[in-house]
Amino acid sequence: MENVIQAKNLTIGYGPKVLLRNADFAVKEGDIFIIMGGSGCGKSSLLKVLTGLIPPLQGSFDLLGVDFNRASSEQKSLLRQKTGILYQSGALFSSMTLAENIAMPLEQYSAYSPSTIDELVRLKLSLVGLSGYENYYPSEISGGMKKRAGLARALALDPKVVYFDEPSAGLDPVSSARLDDLMLEINANLGTTLVVVTHELQSIFNIGNNSIYLDAATKTITGSGSPKDLLKNPPNERIAQFLTRGKEK
Amino acid sequence: MENLTYKISNGVLRLDISGDYKNKNLPEVFLAQIKSPEIKRIEIDAKDLNSWDSSLLVMLLDIYHKATALNIKFDGKNFPNGVQKLIELSLAVKPQQEPPLPAKQSFLDCFGDFGLHIFHTFMKGAKFALSNLRTFFWAPVFKPVSRTVDFWFAFQECGPKALPIVLLISFMVGLILAFVGAIQLQIFGAQVYVASLVTIGMTRIIGAIMVGIIMAGRTGASFAATIGTMQVNEEIDALKTMGVKTEEFLIFPRLKALVISMPILTMFADFAGILGGAAVGILALDIPSSEYFRYAYKAWHLRHFLVGIFHALVFGFIIALSGCYFGVNCGRDADSVGTSTTKSVVYGIVWMIIATGLITFCLQRMHI
Ligand SMILES: Nc1ncnc2c1ncn2[C@@H]1O[C@H](COP(=O)(O)OP(=O)(O)O)[C@@H](O)[C@H]1O
Ligand SMILES: [Mg+2]
Repeated sequence: MENVIQAKNLTIGYGPKVLLRNADFAVKEGDIFIIMGGSGCGKSSLLKVLTGLIPPLQGSFDLLGVDFNRASSEQKSLLRQKTGILYQSGALFSSMTLAENIAMPLEQYSAYSPSTIDELVRLKLSLVGLSGYENYYPSEISGGMKKRAGLARALALDPKVVYFDEPSAGLDPVSSARLDDLMLEINANLGTTLVVVTHELQSIFNIGNNSIYLDAATKTITGSGSPKDLLKNPPNERIAQFLTRGKEK
Repeated sequence: MENLTYKISNGVLRLDISGDYKNKNLPEVFLAQIKSPEIKRIEIDAKDLNSWDSSLLVMLLDIYHKATALNIKFDGKNFPNGVQKLIELSLAVKPQQEPPLPAKQSFLDCFGDFGLHIFHTFMKGAKFALSNLRTFFWAPVFKPVSRTVDFWFAFQECGPKALPIVLLISFMVGLILAFVGAIQLQIFGAQVYVASLVTIGMTRIIGAIMVGIIMAGRTGASFAATIGTMQVNEEIDALKTMGVKTEEFLIFPRLKALVISMPILTMFADFAGILGGAAVGILALDIPSSEYFRYAYKAWHLRHFLVGIFHALVFGFIIALSGCYFGVNCGRDADSVGTSTTKSVVYGIVWMIIATGLITFCLQRMHI
């Protein structure tokens, strides 16, 4: 299987401030890939690099087999259509209804007819459990619903990869578990690769089949592999603490 | 349609899906067939399906909905696991029922509602203005909860930073006033009265109105946008739940800053306008400068000047209150910040003109 993301010697940071040095990791097709680490270690920044919002300080990464930073702007646009992002608060456009939010990428990038777009919007909303909310504005729904609507928008173009920045932040345990289930369904049934930044231990063990741990102190990746294996054989003390919430055995 | 083949026999519609079913529009022609009365049963086979995406799901759901509506039996075979699961998932949650729209109203109802709406809006605005004016005038006694930095920041914005544009515009207005006046006065050979015209006009009303319009566009709009964005970010909710009054914390410093800076800016505007008039008088109409300023000085009355300053004060209240009112009553999305900003400027200017009319009428009566 081809690697969806292949990071090669990636160094990220802002100007002189380095957050992560010489990172090498690979996300395989169909993975649910977890990026773990303490607050402020650069997880969101890593996502920003992978989604092309900021350039890496050094090194490069391949997205779907294309070196992203060398790609032409047309190639980048194509790659972006194959990726979806769920931001922390959903990042829905507040002046559009949910249906319009989800139709927007479809209208921009696909050749679907308007009636097909309508049906696709209905489908995506029903997949995230929001059917009937087509004409609601983001300000009229709750935080968990905004996240699910954001996910529906991220899934609009049937992306190959979807990035999540702390999907369970601000959700109650039940909504958060439901979002986890939804992510598993999407991964299993659409074959979408998911890259997830999260602290939520329960999610990490429930959904993750591969992961990396970013260490703020050494500014490197100090552990990688399936979260369950990392728990069984932690490569260092800090990962053991992270995965047991600081409780020793 | 190369991925779909179908035939109808004995009331059974058999559909075969094959190959790569991706990025396909809804097959409207085929879907229309389902409605034909001879069909009693639909069988779909996907054994030759290679790859698929959401467009397949959309088509299947469409068939499903049409078939259930017409009570036709619907049967699918050999679908990939994912297709089955996703269809189940999308049918799992019953659609949320939208509340019914209110029934259409008669013209009279609409007219009445409109009238009531205007009345309520007016009362809401009046209440807002009164409660803020109370805070403002009682400030020496009941110290409002606000930060001095906020006042200084607002004062900087609507004082020193606004001065250049005020000077420029007032100078130009003085210039224009002098030119227009000169054309008429020249007929009587009385160009020199241009000096009086410009001086009285600028000090009594035009200076204040120009400053008012500039400040409504510059500062009133910025008040509305800032407070509106705070509303969007739930900062105002946070203030309210801390027990801090928005009238005191957000509006009082801005109101104070504008009410103080308006008269000062108006003095500068008066002066710049008189200079603009002088530029025309001396350079274009060949009035000796000593003559021009003598006439200007003769026309300068404390009474006119104070009337102008009084206008400026009133305009300061109107602009600040209009900006803050629309900021506080802003909706919760990006668009409403834009709408609020526009409204704050429009209503600010409209109320300024209404106030000018009222003040002029009263002063006329009092022979001032
Ligand atoms: N635009 C920026 N410019 C400079 N530093 C930033 C910027 N964004 C984030 N940082 C810094 O980078 C560090 C990592 O931030 P972030 O990637 O958001 O961490 P997290 O792992 O919690 O998501 C933080 O110390 C933050 O202060
Ligand atoms: Mg973060």
